[in-house]
Amino acid sequence: MCFVNETDYGTPAVRSDKTVTLTIDGQSVTVPEGTSIMRAAREAGIAVPKLCANDMVKAFGSCRLCLVEVEGRGGTPASCTTPVAEGISVNTRSDRLKSIRKGVMELYMSDHPVDCPACAAGNCEMANMAETVGLKQNRYSEDGANHLAPAPEGEHGVNFKELDISNPYFAYDPSKCIVCSLCVRACEEQQGTFALTVEGRGFESRITAGMDEPFLQSECVSCGACVQACPTGALQEKSIIEMGMPDRSAVTTCAYCGVGCSFKAEMKGEEVVRMVPYKDGKANRGHSCVKGRFAYGYATHKDRILNPMVREKITDPWREVSWEEALSHVADAFKRIQREHGQAAIGGITSSRCTNEETYLVQKLVRQGFGNNNVDTCARVCHSPTGYGLKTTFGTSAGTQDFDSVEHADVVLVIGANPTDGHPVFGSRLKKRLREGAKLIVIDPRRIDLVRTPHVEAAYHLPLRPGTNVAVLTALAHVIVAEGLFNEAFIRERCDWEEFQDWASFVLQPENSPEAIEKASGVPADLIRGAARLYATGGNGAIYYGLGVTEHSQGSTTVMAIANLAMATGNIGRPGVGVNPLRGQNNVQGSCDMGSFPHEMPGYRHISEDATRAIYESLWGVKLDNEPGLRIPNMLDAAIEGTFRGIYIQGEDILQSDPNTRHVAAGLEAMECVVVHDLFLNETANYAHVFLPGSTFLEKEGTFTNAERRINRVRKVMEPKNGYADWEVTQMLARALGRDWNYAHPSEIMAEIAATTPSFAGVTYDLLEEKGSVQWPCNEKAPEGTPIMHMGGFVRGKGKFVRTAYVATDEKVGPRFPLLLTTGRILSQYNVGAQTRRTHNVLWHEEDLLEIHPFDAENRGIRDRDWVKLRSRAGETTLRATITERVAPGVVYTTFHHPTTQANVVTTEYSDWATNCPEYKVTAVEVAPSNGPTDWQEDYEEHARRSRRITPLEAAE
Amino acid sequence: MQHARTENASTVQSIVERWREEEGPLLPILNGIQQELGYVPRESVPVIAEALNLSRAEVYGVVSFYHDYREKPAGRHVLKVCRAEACQSVGGDAVAERLEQLLGIRFHETSADGAVTLEPVYCLGLCACAPSAMLDGEVIGRIDDEKAVDIARRARA
Repeated sequence: MCFVNETDYGTPAVRSDKTVTLTIDGQSVTVPEGTSIMRAAREAGIAVPKLCANDMVKAFGSCRLCLVEVEGRGGTPASCTTPVAEGISVNTRSDRLKSIRKGVMELYMSDHPVDCPACAAGNCEMANMAETVGLKQNRYSEDGANHLAPAPEGEHGVNFKELDISNPYFAYDPSKCIVCSLCVRACEEQQGTFALTVEGRGFESRITAGMDEPFLQSECVSCGACVQACPTGALQEKSIIEMGMPDRSAVTTCAYCGVGCSFKAEMKGEEVVRMVPYKDGKANRGHSCVKGRFAYGYATHKDRILNPMVREKITDPWREVSWEEALSHVADAFKRIQREHGQAAIGGITSSRCTNEETYLVQKLVRQGFGNNNVDTCARVCHSPTGYGLKTTFGTSAGTQDFDSVEHADVVLVIGANPTDGHPVFGSRLKKRLREGAKLIVIDPRRIDLVRTPHVEAAYHLPLRPGTNVAVLTALAHVIVAEGLFNEAFIRERCDWEEFQDWASFVLQPENSPEAIEKASGVPADLIRGAARLYATGGNGAIYYGLGVTEHSQGSTTVMAIANLAMATGNIGRPGVGVNPLRGQNNVQGSCDMGSFPHEMPGYRHISEDATRAIYESLWGVKLDNEPGLRIPNMLDAAIEGTFRGIYIQGEDILQSDPNTRHVAAGLEAMECVVVHDLFLNETANYAHVFLPGSTFLEKEGTFTNAERRINRVRKVMEPKNGYADWEVTQMLARALGRDWNYAHPSEIMAEIAATTPSFAGVTYDLLEEKGSVQWPCNEKAPEGTPIMHMGGFVRGKGKFVRTAYVATDEKVGPRFPLLLTTGRILSQYNVGAQTRRTHNVLWHEEDLLEIHPFDAENRGIRDRDWVKLRSRAGETTLRATITERVAPGVVYTTFHHPTTQANVVTTEYSDWATNCPEYKVTAVEVAPSNGPTDWQEDYEEHARRSRRITPLEAAE
Repeated sequence: MQHARTENASTVQSIVERWREEEGPLLPILNGIQQELGYVPRESVPVIAEALNLSRAEVYGVVSFYHDYREKPAGRHVLKVCRAEACQSVGGDAVAERLEQLLGIRFHETSADGAVTLEPVYCLGLCACAPSAMLDGEVIGRIDDEKAVDIARRARA
């Protein structure tokens, strides 16, 4: 396997319609106007020596190594900061330049440790540059003033700074630093956190985090951009220090959130040395966050289960068995259950963490192997309303834009999403655009970071009461229609004018006016009016939303209300606009695309469509049921009733992630054969009879589809520690059930998907190899995929306006439960935390905390960090409180990353009217001081402890 | 101590409020704090950052760039002695040494009784009258031994 090397062009690409032609070292080069001489040279294959520049941040011109001569101009300008000009002739390698560069480099090296391990390891651009400029020896002694060692006792002006190893993933050794400020600029321009600075001045200048704080205590979010930028090894991954440089690498896709960042997995033998964001990755453009960049340690964590296990009863200890025994145990049990209780008595759940190919196989196993449609996926509990809402209004169940689109947005409306925590790399790209002048509207009960964070401030923050999204969105529409701010030409051309008028008359009703909505939502009417005017008239308007939109009893309605706004203002079908769901998990888009829902075949084709079924019936050689199967909540209900008795769950922890934990537990407990296929003994596995060990994204070939419909390749960089990739396990299970599956490689599965699914018709592994990635639909009409949808017209024909009447949720506050609980994520942790809790990321977030406003806290006698009991109509749990004004009075907030918190013991059973997506974001609760865990938490802890006992496999041979 | 801290906080707050809406407010705020309190307390950095929507790092970078923003209060008098080339060429080093001796402190130090802080400065623009120094904002040129004694006497007062 080879090593993936990327070209560094020195300064960022410039967009310009005009081009300029110049001569560099005798070569003629044509580049866009505004390009630096350095970049132009690199494009012509000439690498000008440099230390303080890279193509991710603006040129700075501080290292003085990249000097060039321009004929007819005096001096030696820096090529990074000097733009090209028509007809100039540039020389990059004269004797004068060589001697200047050598002199500059000699000074740098005189203040750099001679025994620098990074230089020795070949991981130091500085050492490379010294070699490039031909520096052999140093005339300056080591005795002069330097930054290498503490000054002797009593000396003033000590310029030495201690090594900082506070961050778990990287170290900062100031003695190696040359203060080129690349890290400071990467933190500012790429990440947008501004956590680093240059302290002091002149010879005393040092790079420091925060106000001279250890990195971990500073504002640093550990995205890794500074480490990547550092040319000297002053900022370096600890893994490199411990393991040395990698010897091979492959481009793959991160398995955390729905942004789907491309990374180079850099390996040494079978071990990951580091994950480096890949610049050609079109979702992340070379940026990363603390999860994808550093939190991959779970893949080799000691908790990972590597052998199949079986037990008769969930109170028994686990018994390690061979794959054959485990699989035949499942096959026998499933066959028996179907014999005794009917064909529909078993089902499966696909995973949004696994690849498209694996997901496709699980739904195929259910439909072909089990002979029913009892397949569902965790998207049920997150973005199923997106699928429904966007399909109804636009005709496709997916976001309309690519992430690059944000670079063209003028007004960004973020609703029910917290990109800087949940989708950090997109958050950084958004912040960059906002710093360039785009306006921001935030609709969220909580004052999320974006509302006000260094150099970014929302023009409007509408802090609505949880559960009133529809009311506020309809009020925005009211203002747009009442004030004539809609785009009539767009509506007449792309939508149905009659339908629009019907909708317009609905939104104009007095009960939808901002003044009327103010009472229900708590948002002042003038804020709603201002936000509506800004969105409608501020130029390209782009809407980004998350689970704060979908996880409500009116989730689907909210999605349609968002679509209405975009259509009414003509903000669809070009770069910079659109409706963009921020998908939670790496492949939640893909798992939906692959037919994971009980009513849909791959490509969102309803199971009742005869033509669609016919395609699969002839290919799979079975008769398919034309009625939708059971959704997850229905499966659990049926289990309690006794009609549903066996389930195959791939890569999802429904006990922790699904609503009303006790109900889920009761449903699972009632089943005869629960098969969990996962990396770890997750919480659901506490109720399982068979455990099939899973494989990580590093151990398999496949594809993930991110929130922008981008199909990215996942590449195997190590052998599966459990022996098999997940698609192989599903295939073995199908074979045990008598199905003759013979896929030798995931590309063959993709070929089947492409052959049967119109929107994937053009997708092949060869195309992905060639293009890097492709956005569906990818077929005859769009052979290279579709970055932006609905250009020139909606997929469904005419865009559909839907009346969105606000119906308050049945989950109401009252004297017993006066507060509203809403839930969310934090940057360092991911979902139920199964992965991130098994990494050093816990340093940033050890436990889930309940955010409560000081007013509500004081009324209840709660102090910061107190244990509190959180009680709803469904159940109760305990956790610690943190007092903050981020939440409004009357609202409390927590995360669900830790199993001991069991936040979903508290959440209700209410769900979206159209899709059953649970209403996680609104629960009426009461909070009271407490002195420790509830009985449920203690009982559960005990059950979890007992159900994790394992008897190892005895060596048979 | 607690009392002093609270008082500082309210001083900082009022200076921040005075300037936050102006253009380029950071330096006026830091100047105001330095003037009022005689130093820029570390605790004021996050307060300024929050008010101006900057990061702590950015504010700290500016504070640490200017030597005139002090980390802790100086003595009642501040004596800045030029150590730059022009003064050196006419005996500036000897004057500097003499002043250290007369004051009983070294550069960057404050006398134990809090009377005076001694600091180097790199050029006061007074090269024509070198060696030079500045006591509490008043520049003094052509320093000889007699002037040095006089400076020390005034500084110890």
